[in-house]
Amino acid sequence: MRIGYYPGCAITMGSSSEEYGTSVLRVAEAIGPELEEIHDWNCCGASSAHATNHKLSTALSVRNISLAEKYGFKEILAPCPMCSQRLIISQKDIADDEKLKKDVEDAIEMPCNGNVKILNYLELIKNYCMDEIAKKKKKAPRDLKIASYYGCLLVRPPKVLKFDDPENPKSMDEIIEAIGAIPVDWEFKTNCCGGGFTLSRTDVVLKLTNDILECAVDAGADAIAVACPMCHANLDMRQKKIEKEYNRKFDIPIVYISELIGLALDLGPISLGLNKHFVDTESVVNAFA
Amino acid sequence: MKIKITTKELKSDFAKEVEERSGIDVKKCYQCGKCTAGCPVAYEMDYMPNQIIRFVQIGAKREALTSRTIWLCASCITCTTRCPKEVKIAELMDVLREMSLEEGLANPLEKNITTFHQSFLNSVKKHGRISELWMLNEYKMKRPKTALQDLIVGPQMLSKGKLSFLPHDIKGKDAVKRIFEKCK
Repeated sequence: MRIGYYPGCAITMGSSSEEYGTSVLRVAEAIGPELEEIHDWNCCGASSAHATNHKLSTALSVRNISLAEKYGFKEILAPCPMCSQRLIISQKDIADDEKLKKDVEDAIEMPCNGNVKILNYLELIKNYCMDEIAKKKKKAPRDLKIASYYGCLLVRPPKVLKFDDPENPKSMDEIIEAIGAIPVDWEFKTNCCGGGFTLSRTDVVLKLTNDILECAVDAGADAIAVACPMCHANLDMRQKKIEKEYNRKFDIPIVYISELIGLALDLGPISLGLNKHFVDTESVVNAFA
Repeated sequence: MKIKITTKELKSDFAKEVEERSGIDVKKCYQCGKCTAGCPVAYEMDYMPNQIIRFVQIGAKREALTSRTIWLCASCITCTTRCPKEVKIAELMDVLREMSLEEGLANPLEKNITTFHQSFLNSVKKHGRISELWMLNEYKMKRPKTALQDLIVGPQMLSKGKLSFLPHDIKGKDAVKRIFEKCK
């Protein structure tokens, strides 16, 4: 099984969330499926494109889908939910609007048939890796309680993405259980972290992330698991600032679900990028000792 | 809330134009306010999300397109997910932002947000992908008041190898440039 890999900008080497990309690739090397990077992919345009220019946003996303088709991929993995959401929405938008499809194909100078399936990371794990995780896991964490934080983009808009329950998703919790950690029941699974406002309206991000951290810590979580580079950046890199602004110490590690799977497979914390975090991840790593 | 609206605006084609561009039937909204109740950024908005829809319904173009609300919408899509009438509110915000820019009506109080979008897209246009350091640099030069707020995070990112000085240029960057030209 060969799956096209669309990393997106944020998780490539030398970018803000490179440990997500690193750990996704390490886990895939260990338990599959085989991931092959889509040659010469471009940025999906993220929020900045869809918030200001719909046609541009669609064309930037569709170019990647067309490339995937050209190289014969039936499925592609986009671990960043901003990317997977944009790609899926754009694919649907051109399927529903012939004129837009024509304009976009003209702009990208390629046809797009729209028959590639775009997977987010949780979907990939659920579809291809659960048996492998059960077979190949080497370490079970001791009493590690994890709050699974899905954020917005994995589940909304539900009518287009058709993935999990938009109000109370379970897929990440099931993966957490599969590696032997304990999923925490909490209310902020799909609340927004402020996403792309981290530079432009930092105050909004600090408030929203403070609410999320408070809820997770009060629910008894030892760590928060994420599958989104924006969620991670806002909860991890901004955590010191949140603590200062709202005068409460959290000191809670924010880990990618791929890093947790990697730890269970005994892939080694540094090879998974756990040393790249701002909030120390030692307590999580040690729980797997 | 009181707003002034002229007869000319009331008779305008604003609602029709928005509906045509977005494919969203704003008439379906019966103002229950569920979108506002679940909006995580409502506390910062000048008008509530349901009020923005009301503006579109009655043709209050100026109020809608100059609002801070359309820029403060974080596109979390909670509103669209929960709307009992299936009005795609978050998607409507995209169309309103686009129209606001086209007409030069973007609220200057949210200039940080519009400048960020611009800097982000300039980086994509130039390199085909985002080069975070250079995008950051452009944004900070244009919004110098924000320059100090990331003085701690920025260097830490550099020391962890999370910001690269080398831009991530793709081979097809000219093709990407042409996409920008054709999608103006």
